Amino acid sequence: MEKLLRILGSWALSILRRMGHMFLFLLNSFYFIFIPPFKFKLLLRQIRFFGNKSMAVILLTGAFTGMVLALQLYYILRKFGSDALLGPGIALSLIRELGPVLSALMVTGRAGSALTAEIGMMRITEQIDALTAMGLNPMRYLIVPSIAAAIIVFPLLTAIFDVIGIYGGYVVGVEILGINSGTYFSLMKDYVDMEDVMIGLYKSLSFGVIVSWVCCYKGFYTGYGAEGVSKATTEAVVISSILILVWDYFLGSVLL
Amino acid sequence: MIEIIDLHKSFNGQEVLKGVNLTIHDKEIITIMGKSGCGKSVLIKHIIGLLMPDKGKVLVDGVDITGLEPKELDIIREKFGVLFQGGALFDSLNVYGNVAFQLMEKTRLSKMEIQDRVMHALADVGLKGVENKYTAELSGGMKKRVALARALITEPSIVLFDEPTTGLDPILSSSMQKLITSTHEKYGYTGVVISHDVPKIFEVANSVAMLYNGIIIDAGTPDEIKRSNNPVVRQFITGGIEGPIGVMD
Repeated sequence: MEKLLRILGSWALSILRRMGHMFLFLLNSFYFIFIPPFKFKLLLRQIRFFGNKSMAVILLTGAFTGMVLALQLYYILRKFGSDALLGPGIALSLIRELGPVLSALMVTGRAGSALTAEIGMMRITEQIDALTAMGLNPMRYLIVPSIAAAIIVFPLLTAIFDVIGIYGGYVVGVEILGINSGTYFSLMKDYVDMEDVMIGLYKSLSFGVIVSWVCCYKGFYTGYGAEGVSKATTEAVVISSILILVWDYFLGSVLL
Repeated sequence: MIEIIDLHKSFNGQEVLKGVNLTIHDKEIITIMGKSGCGKSVLIKHIIGLLMPDKGKVLVDGVDITGLEPKELDIIREKFGVLFQGGALFDSLNVYGNVAFQLMEKTRLSKMEIQDRVMHALADVGLKGVENKYTAELSGGMKKRVALARALITEPSIVLFDEPTTGLDPILSSSMQKLITSTHEKYGYTGVVISHDVPKIFEVANSVAMLYNGIIIDAGTPDEIKRSNNPVVRQFITGGIEGPIGVMD
C-alpha cells in the first residue's frame, strides 16, 4: 500500500513539476512580448507561417462544416417547423462554437505540428544553443514571435472559417434545400449579437495562446534525435487538441 | 584565462564529469581529446554556460560564470565564438544571413560595414560566391567553414571548436586544421578544440588534455602527450583495441 502511494505521489509530483515548468515558460514568453527590442520581421514571418500553412485547410473545413451543419440543422428544424431559422442556427453554431474550436484544431494539425518540428529540429541541431552562445535569448527569437503571431492569426482564421462556413451553409440550405435566400441572412442579423461574436473572438484568442504555447514548449524541450522530435510533435498536437476542448468547455460555461 | 575547477555534472543519475580540473591560458590552443561519449561536448558547454554544473566552478578571465544571472552571462558570452559540431547554422537564413546575424543583432554597424566584415570573414575561411546559398545547399566541409566564419565575425577572444574535423574527409580535415591555425595567427584568440582526431589534431595545439572517466587524466604539450606513459593516453593515441579503454565502454 505504501509503495503504491509512493508511486502515485511521485507521479503526481512529476506531473505538477512539468505543469509548473510549462506555465513558467508561458509567463516568460509573455514577459518578453512586452519588453523591447521587438522582432517585427520575425513576427511577420510567423504570421505568414501560420496563415500560409493553414489557409487552405481552413477554407476547406470551413465550407464543409457549414454544409454539414445546414444538412443536420435543416433536418432537426423541419421537425419543429422552424426551418427558417437555419441561417441563424448555422451562424450561431459557427461563430460561438464550431468556428473557434475547429479552426484551432485544424491550425494545430497543420501549423502547430510544423512549429514543434521546426523548433525541435533547431534544438537537436544545436541552433538554439548557437543563439544562446551568441548571447541572444532564444525565447525572443523563436517563441515570442510565434505566440504573438498566433494571437493575431487565430481570430482572423476563425473569422474566415465562420464566413466560409456560413456561405457553405447557404449553398446547401438555399441552393439545395430551398430555404429562402433573404430569410437565411435577414434572420441571422436578428439573432446574432455582438456578444456572440465576442465570445468567438475570446475563444480564438485563447486557443491561439494555447496552441502556440504547447507547440513551442514541446519543440523547445524536445527529446534527442529524430525520434525525440517526432514524439514531441505528436504530444504537442494531442495536448493542444485536448486543451482546446477542455478550455472550450470551461470558457463556454463561464461566458454562456 | 579559463579555469575549470572540480567540475561535476550528472544526467539522470549518470555522472559524466567527476571533478574536471583544467587551466586554459590566454592565446593558446588546447585540444581536449577523449573517446566518443566521454563528456567532451558537455565540458565545452560548461565553458560557455550552456550547461550549469552540479558542483565546481568555471572561471572566465577570473569571473565564475556558474553563479551569473542570464544577462551577466550574455555579457561574458560576447568574448566567445563557438563552432558547433554540426555547424548549427540557421536553416532559415542564407550564408550571408548566418555570418552577419550576430553583427546585425548586437552591433550598430552600418549595412556596408557588416557586408565588408562578412566578406572578409568568408574570405578568411576560403569561401567566395556562396553568400546567397542556404545551408541545405552546402556540403559538410562548407558548412563547417561558414560556421567558423560566423564564430569569428565578432573577433572573439575565445573560440570553442566542438569536433571541427568530425565527418570530414582527410583532405577537408587537414584544411580545417590549417584554417584553425591561420585564423588563430590572424585573430590571436584562445582556442579550445574538442577532438578525437589524433595524432593530426596535435599539429594545431599548443597543449593537449585527455578526458577519461569524467576527469582530466593527463595534460601537457603535444610532445609530452605523445611520450606519455599513461596507458590510457597511449592506447588512445595508437588506437589500440587492447588496453584499459574498453571498446564497448
